[in-house]
Amino acid sequence: MSSVRVLVGTRKGAFVLQSDATRDRWSVSGPHFAGWEIYHVKGSPADPNRIYASQSSSWFGQIVQRSDDGGITWTPAGNRFVYEGTPGTHQWYDGTPHPWEFARVWHFEPAREDPDVVYAGVEDAAIFKSTDGASTWQELPALRTHPSAPQWQPGAGGMCLHTIILDPADPKRIFVAISAAGAFRSDDGGESWRPINRGLKSNAIPQQEAEVGHCVHRLAMHPSNPNVLFMQKHWDVMRSDDAGETWREVSGNLPTDFGFPIDVHAHEPQTIYVVPIKSDSEHFPIDGQLRVYRSRTGGDEWEPLTNGLPQKDCYVNVLRDAMAVDGLDPCGIYFGTTGGQVYVSPDSGETWNAIVHDLPAVLSVEVQTLA
Amino acid sequence: MIRVVLPAHLRALARLNGEVHLELEGQVTQRALLDALESRYPVLRGTIRDHTTQKRRAYVRFFACERDLSHERPDVPLPIEVVNGAEPFLVVGAMAGG
Repeated sequence: MSSVRVLVGTRKGAFVLQSDATRDRWSVSGPHFAGWEIYHVKGSPADPNRIYASQSSSWFGQIVQRSDDGGITWTPAGNRFVYEGTPGTHQWYDGTPHPWEFARVWHFEPAREDPDVVYAGVEDAAIFKSTDGASTWQELPALRTHPSAPQWQPGAGGMCLHTIILDPADPKRIFVAISAAGAFRSDDGGESWRPINRGLKSNAIPQQEAEVGHCVHRLAMHPSNPNVLFMQKHWDVMRSDDAGETWREVSGNLPTDFGFPIDVHAHEPQTIYVVPIKSDSEHFPIDGQLRVYRSRTGGDEWEPLTNGLPQKDCYVNVLRDAMAVDGLDPCGIYFGTTGGQVYVSPDSGETWNAIVHDLPAVLSVEVQTLA
Repeated sequence: MIRVVLPAHLRALARLNGEVHLELEGQVTQRALLDALESRYPVLRGTIRDHTTQKRRAYVRFFACERDLSHERPDVPLPIEVVNGAEPFLVVGAMAGG
């Protein structure tokens, strides 16, 4: 019988939540790496027992943990992330040049075919690759040395590369997103990159339609439709039908188009989910009502999903990597909050239940669907 | 024998209990001590000093003999009490919070 394993990264450790396919009775293990910030935990599509976790702290820096038994035991892997050559500078918050400094890994993206191949998106923004199961890391430096890079600026959370999407149809094509530089695409396995931000409009930058400088919060793609990308930008939900060449806004009737995560239904490539957040100065749901919004039309037309979610006095946030879907039928939707709840909808968003109520603030949620 | 006391998070990471005991040849400096520590526990590389610059991480402090040695140059000899094991070399996570 199928089952699901939910990998949760929090401010104070990692947790592994497991259930059978009914998704109504859960076991909880953790905290793993108690007391450390766990920005992301993700399993390999090629070997679900292989899981990578980003463990970090302001005191002791970056640790990479690797599990080969589905998250039961963990072994520290390589944590040496060194920028290639002279790191150069990007703009600091005050507009002055600031040297690139490694802070942490925000996101791991294991390759589809080989459990030993994994990409890491880091702060200050860069992409690294390991081909030996995270023992050693090499930067793909063409992104950080892109001619626009000296103009990149950090968002409030740091200048992080938080999204990596490996095109399932084209092994050379990689999409990434950086706050607050924008989205970039490589068509040659990371040897070269170009911004893909045409159509984005951001009123917080001097040139609202500039090539770079947009605070992209998250990208999502359905694997059956790799030319269609969805984006939650700082403000605006966007869609591209040409692999990022152009974007159009699909915020439609959303009550606010600010938010962080965006994800796609496992079996319906035009069904997408966002969590509208009031504003960039008030990082919580409107009117204290936690509502996921679903579009079955790939954007523009949205419906609120509230059944089982708190509809009063709820002032949590849902961060960019804290939403995921499973591969079961019906598709399960998951998200975690800064209030420590992890919610599941086992029926594509119709009803919701809290798997756990009181974890530390949730930074990331990933789901593995196990045979 | 040199005694090193690590903070709880680093003891957990290195999977050790209590003090670390090191035997060093030659002049005992902060650099030599940390080199020996990282050699025995490679998982600690990058957690106390930066991988590349070898500079102390900002929120890590070094104390010994009731003195703050954090700002000493790494090749300055450590106090004799540390060298002969009378006093431990303390690696401390700086206080922070609110």
